[in-house]
Amino acid sequence: MAVEGSSAAPTAPAERHAIGISIGNSNSSIAITVDDKAEVIANEDGDRQIPAILSYVDGEEYTGQQAKQQLIRNSANTVAYFRDFLGQDFKSIDPTHCHASAHPHEHESTIAFTIQDKEGDEKSTVTISEIATRQLRRLKQSASDYSGKEVNSAVITVPTNFSEKQKDALNKAAAAAGIEVLQFINEPIAALLAYDSRPETKVGDKNVVVVDLGGTRSDVTVIASRGGMYTILATAHDYEFAGVHLDKVLQDHFSKEFIKWNSIDPREDARSLAKLKLESEAAKRALSIGTNASFSVESLAEGIDFTSTINRLRYETIARKVFEGFNRLVEGVVKKAGLDVLDIDEVILSGGTSHTPKIAKNFQAIFPESTTVLAPSTTPTAINPSELSARGAALQASLIQEYESEDIEQSTHPAVTTVKHLSNAIGVLSISGDETKGVFNPVLSAETAVPARRTVHVAVPKEGGDVLIKIVEGGSHIKVTKVEPKQNGKKSDDEDDSSDEEDSDEEPEEQREKVWKIGNVLAEAAVKDTKKGGKVEVMINVAADLSVTITAREVGAKGGVRGNLSAP
Amino acid sequence: MATHTQVNLPLPLLPEGWAGEKDFKAIGKLSAATQRSIEAVGPHFLAHARRARHKRTFSEDDRIQAQENAKKVEDDDSGEISEPEDPMMLSRDAKDWKQQDHYAVLGLSKYRYKATEEQIKRAHRKKVLRHHPDKKAAAGSTEDDSFFKCIQKATEVLLDPVKRRQFDSVDEGADVEPPTKKQIKDGKFYKAWSAVFKAEGRFSRVQPVPKFGDEKSTKEDVENFYNFFYNFDSWRSFEYQDEDVPDDNENRDQKRHMERKNNNARKKKKVEDTARLRQLVDDVLAGDERIKKFRQEANASKNKKRLDKEAAEKKAKDDAEAAKAAAAQAAKEAEEKAKADREQGKKAKEAAKAAVKKNRRVMKGSVKDANYFVDGAAPAAAIDAVLNDVELVQGNIDADETAALAAKLNGLKIAGEIKNVWSEEVKRLVTAGKIKEADIKALLKIDGGGVF
Repeated sequence: MAVEGSSAAPTAPAERHAIGISIGNSNSSIAITVDDKAEVIANEDGDRQIPAILSYVDGEEYTGQQAKQQLIRNSANTVAYFRDFLGQDFKSIDPTHCHASAHPHEHESTIAFTIQDKEGDEKSTVTISEIATRQLRRLKQSASDYSGKEVNSAVITVPTNFSEKQKDALNKAAAAAGIEVLQFINEPIAALLAYDSRPETKVGDKNVVVVDLGGTRSDVTVIASRGGMYTILATAHDYEFAGVHLDKVLQDHFSKEFIKWNSIDPREDARSLAKLKLESEAAKRALSIGTNASFSVESLAEGIDFTSTINRLRYETIARKVFEGFNRLVEGVVKKAGLDVLDIDEVILSGGTSHTPKIAKNFQAIFPESTTVLAPSTTPTAINPSELSARGAALQASLIQEYESEDIEQSTHPAVTTVKHLSNAIGVLSISGDETKGVFNPVLSAETAVPARRTVHVAVPKEGGDVLIKIVEGGSHIKVTKVEPKQNGKKSDDEDDSSDEEDSDEEPEEQREKVWKIGNVLAEAAVKDTKKGGKVEVMINVAADLSVTITAREVGAKGGVRGNLSAP
Repeated sequence: MATHTQVNLPLPLLPEGWAGEKDFKAIGKLSAATQRSIEAVGPHFLAHARRARHKRTFSEDDRIQAQENAKKVEDDDSGEISEPEDPMMLSRDAKDWKQQDHYAVLGLSKYRYKATEEQIKRAHRKKVLRHHPDKKAAAGSTEDDSFFKCIQKATEVLLDPVKRRQFDSVDEGADVEPPTKKQIKDGKFYKAWSAVFKAEGRFSRVQPVPKFGDEKSTKEDVENFYNFFYNFDSWRSFEYQDEDVPDDNENRDQKRHMERKNNNARKKKKVEDTARLRQLVDDVLAGDERIKKFRQEANASKNKKRLDKEAAEKKAKDDAEAAKAAAAQAAKEAEEKAKADREQGKKAKEAAKAAVKKNRRVMKGSVKDANYFVDGAAPAAAIDAVLNDVELVQGNIDADETAALAAKLNGLKIAGEIKNVWSEEVKRLVTAGKIKEADIKALLKIDGGGVF
């Protein structure tokens, strides 16, 4: 998956000073790991989300927030939204977002911007790779200034659909900026890693949806997390519903207000539009924190000042279309992964747009109550969504920076990363109170990468004695039952199920639950003479060739049963 | 993974008649798996990669990792500082900090001058955690922060290299008393003095300091040690024991007086310290068995040299006498032998002379027999010439040739044969260069003249 940054001069592990870089279309952030804790670094202006914009005024380079301000007055010499252009053909890029800044054009089979980046009147053509290098150099400088040590290597996050060619282009740009890229990691994985590295997180098996809502694009990824190992099951990318579209909604709203009073459309003038855009974005941010936001621009159009306010409810109403787009995107990708919303244990919201409280609320409605939605508005302990991928990258950087480049390359080689994944869950049968029929208790979930080992402790009957351990494969399906309201008292014993029953009281409610179906019986084993109230430990170890070793013994007792299943 | 899930629903009872080999019955196999890529991210992936690349199983990897972790824990523990706190020390007043033992306050009295900065910092933190006034207030006791001040003062002194050096200079806790006579008698001489000089060595500007060693140390090491301590270069200074200089501006003279006094006191103490160390080294040198041993060894080697020399002289003398006697003996023998030889030689000479005479007679006789190679009566001149030649030949050949020639001539009566023998002899002599052709008158003439 990852590309080894061998083209940059490889540094010895001891001399490395690695950071995590999350480079986006709209914003970049850099993070460093201090004492096993990732910390996002603020640049000289105090911004942790550094706008990925470069602007040139009289030969002087501005970046970050300062460059963003230049979008109003100096848009022709300001380069923005360029990340996705790296390593692409001119034919395959979408220059929409660059409409209000320097325009990309084709130049010697690559993409370039014609800007006045030096003193004097002469314009020069700067290739996309040079732009990326300049941006990375600034990020490196900020990180070096912060830590007091020269930063020379990094782990960089990229979207899941970044091609090898794009990674290569980014690698070269980084090398030119004096950064050895230790590894490219996928943004959603970095976000998940940032959460999983928290000390309170328990390692387990879960299905996670990472919703990365950025400025210009939205990416949703379904990840199977099995004992800390991550496998991407499905991805979706959307360029129609993203942060700028929320800005657009606010722009239109305020434009209409303005037109109402002044009969001038500020969207028709480029400078007015730029001002409108910046202020809309600020209003959007304010609405993520408070319930009211003011909108005020001096001399919005033709010298007329404009001041207005908007409350959150209004905003959520006018932006509903975009929010629903996010919902559809998430539902679609869960389906694409062959899963049901009931299968999802965790939803991680990442990216700047995820601050919007309504989006997280919508997801809570889509997913069952048992699913944790990790967003600032739903979970107080959530990590700042804008910082997730940079943090993940910094954590990964701290993990691998002491390895030799060769080691990293070998470890990330497809021979190591491509492994078999279980197609069915493996579990042990137990009985519920009165039923004689077995109940399936999953030990190894489906999509677990092998080799894998799991241990489960199962209670023995009250009176103890000899017990049977039956190891079976299991599949899950979703059982839909229509129940009348006020009759849904029947509780299932399965821990994974739950239902959304808040919606209405009138209609017959659809209750959906996840039901395990017992499949192939794999093995049976007997543990004899168990004590009263004891427990039996069952360990299932699946080797890389799918052969299975099963060990069962009473907890605290010696000996036990051990058996093998040969590989299929 | 150490974690495991709990299932509270009980397991079914074993049905009657269930049997399996070793209580285990393999029934099915896993269904086919899908190939997917795992993300190369996170600690658990690294563990997976480690296992995959080294082909380790879970349990092997667990064991190896456990060993590595165990090692780390050990390293962390080694710097742990814990010492019981003396209740007297806890009730100290921070005002008389000059009298306080800063190392003991921080619980570092085991380490003293050897404590690293890291250890001091850690000890300070530990003590602060325990003795912070807020903690005491929380525990309900009085707000007595005097010991906390002591801790702060100790840290202030020990973390400042200059102040620490001043304190270390007068840190009696690190001094080691010289051993008593009893201890020395108990055979602890080397051990005790080693400790003393190790402690003294801390003041040396030159590091490393040579070790005192033990009874097996070489002469070179011991000399090196004494040289080092007799030329000890010490950084020890006594500012710490200065009397307080009043820092009010009013009494400048008093201040200067105090400063002068302090300076003199420092110098005096320094001189005393140097003298003390010298005395110490003198003491140990006096009692050092090794020095005695080395002296004895040196004496022994000197004596040995002298004896060797004497023995060599005696031997030379004896040899000379023996040689003299032998020479006298040899001379005597040689004399006797020479005498005998002389007598023997005399006889032989005489015999040879007689033989030569006889042979010469034979030669002369032979020419006479050949009638001097003349037909008829030989004229006197011819006889003279022949006889002259014969004498010339005789004078130029030695006794053996004379004998050989005489033997050839002996018995020959015919003049031709005699002439042949003579002419051959003459030719041989001429060829050998013993006589010149010109000197031969008659014998060659006979030959060349063809008289016959």
